[in-house]
Amino acid sequence: MAVIEATLPRRILTTPTAGPLAALVIACAFFSLNSPQFLTGGNFSLIIQQVMVVGTLAIGQTLIILTGGIDLSNGAIMAFGGIVMAKLALSMTPLLAIAAGLAVCALFGLVNGTLATRISLPPFIVTLGMLNVVFALTHIYSQDQTVTGLPDELTFLGQTFQLGGTRVTYGSVLTIALFLLFAYLLGQTAWGRHVYALGNSPEVARLTGIRTSRLTVGVYTLAGLVYGIAALLLVSRTGVGDPQAGQTDNLDSITAVVLGGTSLFGGRGLVMGTLIGALIVGVFRNGLQLMGVPSIYQTLITGILVILAVTVDQLSRRRTR
Amino acid sequence: MTTPVLQARGLVKRYGHVTALDGADFDLLPGEVLAVIGDNGAGKTTLIKALTGAIQPDSGEILLDGKRVRFGDPLEARRAGIETVYQDLAIAASLDIATNMFLGRELRKPGLLGKVFRMLDKHRMRAESAEHMAALKIGLRSLSVPVESLSGGQRQGVAVARAVAWASHVVVMDEPTAALGVKESGQVLDLIRRVRDRGLPVVLISHNMPHVFEIADRIHVQRLGRRVAQIKPGDHSMAEVVAIMTGAMDVADGKAVIADKGAAEAIGLS
Amino acid sequence: MKRLIAGLGAAALMAAGCGGGTPSGSGSDTVKVGLITKTETNPFFVKMKEGATAAAKAQGAELMSAAGKFDGDNASQITAIENMVAAGVKGILITPSDTKAIVPAIKKARDAGVLVIALDTPTEPQDATDALFATDNFKAGELIGQYAKAAMAGKPAKIATLDLAPGITVGKLRHDGFLKGFGVAEGDPSIVCSQDTQGDQSKGQTAMENCLQKAPDINLVYTINEPAALGAHTALKAKGIDKDVLVVSVDGGCTGTKAVKSGQIAATSQQYPLKMAESGVKAVTDFAKGGKKATGYTDTGVTLITDKPVAGVAAKDTAFGLANCWG
Repeated sequence: MAVIEATLPRRILTTPTAGPLAALVIACAFFSLNSPQFLTGGNFSLIIQQVMVVGTLAIGQTLIILTGGIDLSNGAIMAFGGIVMAKLALSMTPLLAIAAGLAVCALFGLVNGTLATRISLPPFIVTLGMLNVVFALTHIYSQDQTVTGLPDELTFLGQTFQLGGTRVTYGSVLTIALFLLFAYLLGQTAWGRHVYALGNSPEVARLTGIRTSRLTVGVYTLAGLVYGIAALLLVSRTGVGDPQAGQTDNLDSITAVVLGGTSLFGGRGLVMGTLIGALIVGVFRNGLQLMGVPSIYQTLITGILVILAVTVDQLSRRRTR
Repeated sequence: MTTPVLQARGLVKRYGHVTALDGADFDLLPGEVLAVIGDNGAGKTTLIKALTGAIQPDSGEILLDGKRVRFGDPLEARRAGIETVYQDLAIAASLDIATNMFLGRELRKPGLLGKVFRMLDKHRMRAESAEHMAALKIGLRSLSVPVESLSGGQRQGVAVARAVAWASHVVVMDEPTAALGVKESGQVLDLIRRVRDRGLPVVLISHNMPHVFEIADRIHVQRLGRRVAQIKPGDHSMAEVVAIMTGAMDVADGKAVIADKGAAEAIGLS
Repeated sequence: MKRLIAGLGAAALMAAGCGGGTPSGSGSDTVKVGLITKTETNPFFVKMKEGATAAAKAQGAELMSAAGKFDGDNASQITAIENMVAAGVKGILITPSDTKAIVPAIKKARDAGVLVIALDTPTEPQDATDALFATDNFKAGELIGQYAKAAMAGKPAKIATLDLAPGITVGKLRHDGFLKGFGVAEGDPSIVCSQDTQGDQSKGQTAMENCLQKAPDINLVYTINEPAALGAHTALKAKGIDKDVLVVSVDGGCTGTKAVKSGQIAATSQQYPLKMAESGVKAVTDFAKGGKKATGYTDTGVTLITDKPVAGVAAKDTAFGLANCWG
């Protein structure tokens, strides 16, 4: 029998990002009609700037959720990485300080992954513990002092350049580039296929010959490194090392992942969906603010969207069973 | 006599006080479908796991093409050309058929794209998957849909096709029809026949006597951790085979003889 | 590859949908005033927002508000500043969550010509904003410290301080003010227990319980705010010693002032968030009408509220407190 490729409409319907993308476009249209300041290049650039930190954290979160795990410690790890970079940059070459911050974040990821695989602890518990450990370490190491007076090298990602009449930060470009990189790695390499297989069923993956423990530890470590990049973006954006940072970013990053159509059960989803999810949050926050709606309504709407997204995921899973 | 493709002698495996394998032998001849049957707890799963590297026996030896082998894990058995279709654990549901066919053995694009950027050659994987599917006459609407959107029989088809595509020596199938309806079971049995016709020997673990009698060239009867008989389906009735399996009859000189009169009568043989 | 293209398409659609237009000014002549509080839920900030809303209405201005998700949430405040500047506000009133970390974002807003006034909490440095309308938190602490000193009437004190949270300036100022008013230095042996409460009632209770485990003979409790004080009161009552221990606080919320009236709290330093917000909005609208930018520090005042006044410390009774309380 002949093998026929799926038709285009079918592909669109089965793509998990179709719904989120539609939501984003509708939201953009709505705010364009309701606020004269919304539909501008400058405002669009601003929204990307505002979602780049949580968006980057959400890349790592996407990787981990795709394997069937979850990471509650990513905001805390980022805050610690930011403090490490900021404090060290006062006394050593900024580049070395950045490298140290990245390494520390990757190390926390490695510990998370190792505990989750070698001792078979549920990722929820491991990262919940790590959240508290890293939060405490951040406050101990920083002595609760915001680190100011950072060298320019540490905040260069917050600098802007002109792009067709709009000022864009280098950080925004880096964030988009990271999303593209991980879309490539997940979609176009064997490693990416293995991550999905792992999230589908660790046992199936193992029996297929995938070294699942090594893969899991690798994913957590890589996610940690991405949190380190988020830390650099954070420092660039705020211009300081802030020990209070990132306290709700773990849940915010999960929100972005879920809004982007990735299943919390693992194995299904696209990292580009996460970008869309992060942008949905950013667009609502910005748009409602421009319309003069208090921010508590943004929280309300985000909550409703999350429940909608999870419902859609659950229903589509049931249908394919 | 031809050298068996896969052979085991005196396999022993203990789990604490429980002896799952108690000196089990095994012989798989070239080009045959060998059914492995046995009551629950007879040790068939343990035997198959030992042969496919999923567990390591405490003692005994395994020979592949007459040469002694040791499999540390399933990957080593697979590298030696032994492919296994696991009952529920065969495929990754959300990935498409071609990806599943090549999972763990992905093809990369030639040149820089593959070497440096590690880019998958999806086109080639899809084309080769289509060839494998066509060779086994498995008809599917599309190779790019997720496996979870297929029927149970089609999924089993994908799992078998993958095993066949990579197996150079043996295909092992663990209860391939257990979860399927009548029509789909028939399709899978046809598939097994086609695999054998291509010259690959198949080990089939099954509880389903009619299926075993329909397709097996020989039957390995496992009981109490050992092989108690090797028989041909034509030589015995289904009832006799069940009797051998449960210990009501023994096999001597190719004939089944009653070992436990009461038990034999209870199942209607006397 | 198709997935990648789909993703890129998504980004492109975003750009097409959201970008590309030209910046356009505010549609109307209404003056827009931004108010950014630390949180959305704390009654202090709720009251502040009420005051700002009323003042904006009176001035014919439009109020935009935003808040952090928790006390110390710097990122949300930065985002709010950016969005308000994009919305074309004339001025922003802000109670900074992180007094240092917010400074670069405030600078950007001021560079864009926006008047920025800190409410309640000064930035570090204080001149990072155009002006500061605030209670002197140090003075508020000092006042309650002086009251406590007089109320103890020479009895040797065993003090517990239920503070805010590490690294938050308001908490430190009040704490230090209290110690100065009471006349002891940090680390004095009379301070037997110091715990953070996040200004939360249940955490205040837990902290007090723990302090009592450590030192059962505590006879003076300073609390960062009244919720913490009420938590402490619950813990003291459970031990049956609530009548023997002096509980003092800072803030002057309505619930807190009622607790002063009923005697659960001996005294509190009352602040006036409404006044801060009103003056703030007025300053922005004045500026928008071509007036001068507000500058410097404006003390919005603090009053000691108690029904058990002591000699030498000026105080008002709870009737006054309830008439002027917030929340």
